[in-house]
Amino acid sequence: MELYELTALELGAALKKGQTSPAEVLAAAQARIAAWQPRNNAFITLPPPAAPQGDSPLAGVPMALKDNICTKDVKTSCASMILGDFAPPYDATVVERLTAAGAVSMGKLNMDEFAMGSTSETSFYGPTRNPWDPDRVPGGSSGGAAAAVAAGEIWYAIGSDTGGSIRQPAAYCGVTGMKPTYGTVSRYGLIAYASSLDQMGPIARSAADCAAVLDLIQGKDPRDGTSLEGQYGTLLSSLTGDVKGLKVGIPADCFGDGLDEEVRRAVLSVAELLKSRGATVEEFSLPVMEYVVPTYYIIACAEASSNLSRFDGVKYGWRAAGYEDLTDLYQRTRTEGFGSEVKRRILLGSFVLSAGYYDAYYKKALQGKAVIKDIYDAAFRKYDVLLTPVSPSTAPKLGESLSDPLKMYLSDIYTVPLNLAGLPGISIPCGFDSKGLPIGAQLIGPALGDGTILNAAHAFQLETDFHKKIPTGKGGSVL
Amino acid sequence: MTWETVIGLETHVELATRTKIFCSCTTEFGGAPNTHCCPVCTGMPGTLPVLNEKVLEFAVKAGLALDGEITHHCKFDRKNYFYPDLPKAYQVSQLYLPIVRNGKVPIRTQSGTEKIIRIHELHMEEDAGKLVHDPWLDQTRCDYNRCGVPLIEIVTEPDFRTAEEVIAYLEKLRSTLQYLGVSDCKMQEGSLRCDVNLSVRPAGSAQLGTRTEMKNLNSFKAIARAIAYESRRQVELIEEGKRVVQETRRWDDNKDATFAMRSKENAQDYRYFPEPDIPPLEITQEYLDHIRKELPEMAEHKLIRYQAEFGLPLYDAQMLTGQKALADFFEACAALGSDPKQVSNWIMGPLMGQLSAKGLEAKDMALSPATLARLISLVKAGQLNRNTAVKVFEAVFDQDGDVDTYISAHGLAQVNDPDALAAAVEKVFSANPQSIEDFRSGKEKAFGFLVGQVMRELRGKANPQAVNQAIRDKLNS
Repeated sequence: MELYELTALELGAALKKGQTSPAEVLAAAQARIAAWQPRNNAFITLPPPAAPQGDSPLAGVPMALKDNICTKDVKTSCASMILGDFAPPYDATVVERLTAAGAVSMGKLNMDEFAMGSTSETSFYGPTRNPWDPDRVPGGSSGGAAAAVAAGEIWYAIGSDTGGSIRQPAAYCGVTGMKPTYGTVSRYGLIAYASSLDQMGPIARSAADCAAVLDLIQGKDPRDGTSLEGQYGTLLSSLTGDVKGLKVGIPADCFGDGLDEEVRRAVLSVAELLKSRGATVEEFSLPVMEYVVPTYYIIACAEASSNLSRFDGVKYGWRAAGYEDLTDLYQRTRTEGFGSEVKRRILLGSFVLSAGYYDAYYKKALQGKAVIKDIYDAAFRKYDVLLTPVSPSTAPKLGESLSDPLKMYLSDIYTVPLNLAGLPGISIPCGFDSKGLPIGAQLIGPALGDGTILNAAHAFQLETDFHKKIPTGKGGSVL
Repeated sequence: MTWETVIGLETHVELATRTKIFCSCTTEFGGAPNTHCCPVCTGMPGTLPVLNEKVLEFAVKAGLALDGEITHHCKFDRKNYFYPDLPKAYQVSQLYLPIVRNGKVPIRTQSGTEKIIRIHELHMEEDAGKLVHDPWLDQTRCDYNRCGVPLIEIVTEPDFRTAEEVIAYLEKLRSTLQYLGVSDCKMQEGSLRCDVNLSVRPAGSAQLGTRTEMKNLNSFKAIARAIAYESRRQVELIEEGKRVVQETRRWDDNKDATFAMRSKENAQDYRYFPEPDIPPLEITQEYLDHIRKELPEMAEHKLIRYQAEFGLPLYDAQMLTGQKALADFFEACAALGSDPKQVSNWIMGPLMGQLSAKGLEAKDMALSPATLARLISLVKAGQLNRNTAVKVFEAVFDQDGDVDTYISAHGLAQVNDPDALAAAVEKVFSANPQSIEDFRSGKEKAFGFLVGQVMRELRGKANPQAVNQAIRDKLNS
């Protein structure tokens, strides 16, 4: 068995037992990256890795960070031209915590520019490709993270999820990705897209690996006022796989028109398996789906328009040449430095916040957000977890989505409501379609119900091996 | 036609917290450019603001002292605009739910007008940095030291009619905030900045005219002059049949005039929205009760108490309570057992004399209450005469020197030895027979001369009453 076939926890244990050495592990990761980087372009920056310091079940296990997570003195680009060679003067809290736990960072992962996109095609550093089929996208925006874990280049990654950016690429690449409850992972050091929706989380092979990573990174941070007090560090130890009496709700509204039939069948197979292990399964109605996408895009774009204003060519990053005055400096830098999807969202966000439109759009969207949260809260008075697809279909081909942004936005329908309601969600591999592409199922929990969905996912993974499948790298036009 | 001027104020006050509003950088004034900043206050990507709880406490204190309503569910908002001194390109401020609303400030002008100025709102926000133009290199540079220094903005209703009322309000506001300890309110360092909104209308009219906003007013004097100038300018425009344009105008202290900066008609759209990085603040009744208990005694209350408890005349009480530092100093001396009226005399006389001679603010002086109390007790005990005591006071004022050390080092202790006094009187009488004659023939002036001679003989250290008495006794004997 090759090292890359192990889960992160298995590799951590092998290191502890001396069955392999840090040097051997590092060499294995570097060999995989060298082989895969030309094919999938998962990394933006590959700095020399530092020797691990600190201890944890994942000490010494190679991992990587999405390139919107600040790393001290290491280029952090958000996959945008406008940040140039910006190297932050500080580490994100998540990075500090992982470093203290003995993590070995291999580098910074490709993504959609400023995490705006569902395909990882909008990167200034070129698109990332899906390891299962290089003609297809890996999903986004944490496409580099999902692709690198799927290809066995690293054992886990930290991504960020504002509307599905961890869960959807995990589904497209056949790996496990979790967006935890909003506030449980400090956002300090995550370059903001939409502050009220952004949350960092793990992408790994298994739910158990995700639990182990979350145990290291969750917890109140005095530098993030929105981070939550709570009990942390017990997710891994409480994974039993016991789902007897677990009440699983299936929102019928998520299995209607527009959903690919192969995806539908694979996702519902998760319910069957949980039922066979003692869970109860019930269909119910969740009457919010038509509101979630407009609500999400208004709030996300409004916040983005403000968060991205600081990239103005004055203090760091890239500055346009040949400007005439201050306004010209701003206009040229931002016109040239941002890609078109980012500009589209900044314009949309500026519009919905402008005088005369605020009440009609932004204020209404905030009200919509509150209603969506109430409806989910009501559902969780009846069910422990909800099961839905992650995405209506499997990974599309490169270029297919960008030509129709509205369709691309609508494909976020299953993932965005969790960000609006602040809820945890995990994407687990639950099958392959007839083209051989992975399918993901989403388990949703109530706020702070991270342990419940991890345990349900773990129960599923105890009896299936979809999450253990690794692409061979054969086939596809670029290989 | 007679015209009436209508004025409203927006006052920005820097809070005297030790650290900035969202990070732990120092708020100290000055410092080499960009030495008082960190990734948070320079808005580096990925950083987040965490509210300094002292800022909230100070804002609530100010709100309570201004008799305002505290907003129990209060939020921050972002005000978005591009400018190089604002590194995030938005200012964290409060628009929708400011911490304080509907306050009241009673004022009394020099000419005796009394009225209540209504406070529309008080909100918390962060200060921006500063742009420094280097004319030699023709470059503009950013200094972010001031970025994130906490401010409160206090907005009044348009309740002022004269510059005198405006000044009375600002003096009252400054004294109140200094009493609370929430700001040092130094206009010259920019810790109190005031924008004046002004319009004119025919006297008796209920409708407001078109207003202009004046900025760059760096002293009370500038404010008074700017109000006079701008009222006249607007009246002249209207009388010439022209129209007042709603705009922001900059006061030029050298030219004694205001100049248009930008028109409000094409004003920026700040695209305010709730700040998602700071959770809403829930202000509980317990918190308010706690803050209320911590509020210091304010000037109005002290004014009454000083008269009742210490028996001070109104004038003394007004002078002492006018500045918190003086009131504190006075109370500390009284607590050390000094006679309150004596303390008051010393403060209003030699102490204020020294402050004005040295150009010092009372709160910055080194002198301790114990030093003045010691001087007063030495005078009372007859060990130091009053004139010498003033000299000692002046000598120890700057460094808060030790009174007793100074007195013994300079041999200034009062001579109370009856033999030495008698010997000096004897000597002066035998040396000045003519003066004794003069006095006896009714020339009172001669008495003073004799006193002066005896004092000189004793090198000024004698007790003046004892000298008087000894000379009288001798003359009458």
